[in-house]
Amino acid sequence: MSGRTVELEVLRYDPDQDDAPKFQTYTVPYREDWVVLDAINYVKDELDRTLSYRWSCHMAVCGSCGMLINGEPSLSCHTFLRDCPDKIRIEPLQNFPVERDLVVVMDDFIDKLGSVKPYVVAKEEKDVDEGEYLQTPAELAQYKQYTACINCLLCYSACPQYALNDSFVGPAALALAHRYNLDSRDIGRSAREEVVASNPGIWECSFVGACSEVCPKAVDPAAAIQQTKIASTADYFMKFLMPWKHK
Amino acid sequence: MNQSNKPIVWGLFAAGGTVSAFLVPALILVTCLAVPLGLLPADTLSYQHLIDLLQHVISKLITFGVLFLIIWHAAHRMRITAHDLGIRNDTVVMLICYGVAAAGSLLMLLALLKI
Amino acid sequence: MSRRPYIRELSRTGWWLKQPRYVRYMAREMTALFIGLYVLILMAGLFALSKGEAAYAEFLESADGLVGLTFAVITMIFAIYHTFTWFQVTPKAMPLVIGGKRVPGAIIVGAHWAGFAVVSVALWLLAGGQT
Repeated sequence: MSGRTVELEVLRYDPDQDDAPKFQTYTVPYREDWVVLDAINYVKDELDRTLSYRWSCHMAVCGSCGMLINGEPSLSCHTFLRDCPDKIRIEPLQNFPVERDLVVVMDDFIDKLGSVKPYVVAKEEKDVDEGEYLQTPAELAQYKQYTACINCLLCYSACPQYALNDSFVGPAALALAHRYNLDSRDIGRSAREEVVASNPGIWECSFVGACSEVCPKAVDPAAAIQQTKIASTADYFMKFLMPWKHK
Repeated sequence: MNQSNKPIVWGLFAAGGTVSAFLVPALILVTCLAVPLGLLPADTLSYQHLIDLLQHVISKLITFGVLFLIIWHAAHRMRITAHDLGIRNDTVVMLICYGVAAAGSLLMLLALLKI
Repeated sequence: MSRRPYIRELSRTGWWLKQPRYVRYMAREMTALFIGLYVLILMAGLFALSKGEAAYAEFLESADGLVGLTFAVITMIFAIYHTFTWFQVTPKAMPLVIGGKRVPGAIIVGAHWAGFAVVSVALWLLAGGQT
């Protein structure tokens, strides 16, 4: 093709035929307004129908298109060709088993999200007729940042502790627990502690901070975990010093 | 999953890390660099001067407290680093790291009691 | 069609060499090695002090010299890096909200450095230094 081009080096894996993943190179046109996802879609539409990958919204809200782009966990819809070199290496997210091509097995992540009780545990359950649980804007501001997670898995991909020990509950799940712990309508902090304050919970984290650096939504899971460590430590010592206060 | 005992070691780690951050650079300057560089008189680290300084109970308490927190901070971080570098036997690493910190703390306690 | 997920393992010892952010993390963790060694040396010094003038003189002999000085300089560099990284993460671990607004991280970090300056000067004066 004429005009400027970009070379995509994509890690392919066919579980029916391959023993191990292998790189395959595609040449795609360069467009000023294209993101990596557009280039991958071009490959699928025009060059190689067999390429498998996840995507949906194309606007960084669904969290489907996470992959390694030149080694960095990124959303392919959020990474512009104009910000990349002419050779782009594309691989499935690190730290997850590869199902096929760029599709990873997410089951562990989904289980962990569920394990932190990601719902409001209210003081008293209200009937719908009794009205809503009220909350001021200031109370909302306390936890709003941690609601922004789109479950894109980039943080798990960046986290070396998750790489070294996959029983680690992980950044997104712990940030989600924090979102509910900070919610004024919620009293579930002690119920969540069994998972959150366990050894594979917050204590596996060594504050590398890579998770927060790659997060496309500025959730800052690293901050969530450190704040939880402080709260859990305070809780722990309160239990010894003032056992009558602990619920 | 049982409740972790990590809060104790992490609490020490956090306290020690804060103390280290504020004090260690100045400590290194005073104890290792200032005298050779001629910024402090040569007798700053002399036997008699230090013995005099450490006579007060407050000096002993502060010295013990500060160094105790710093060594436990360092011990815990080294334990984590060993794990990060691929050493999987956490029990052995833990015994070595905290063992050294405990030995140092004991040594220091005995020394300060005697001075 | 069968499922045969492929697991890509990272090097357990060398993973941190793959990206600058991991190298910086490892450097931060390594500060503890040097700070720890330094404090152990101080403790040994205290112990020597408690054993008497001769023992203390022997301790000073072994701690002095080019090796001691080199170690001190390297440890100083690591110690300042520890201070820098520790202050840098403090606003994340303990966010401050005053009057409904979050205090910018830069202010918290700046306040810590100011405190650091005050404490360092105090220690310097305590040691008999002049300003």
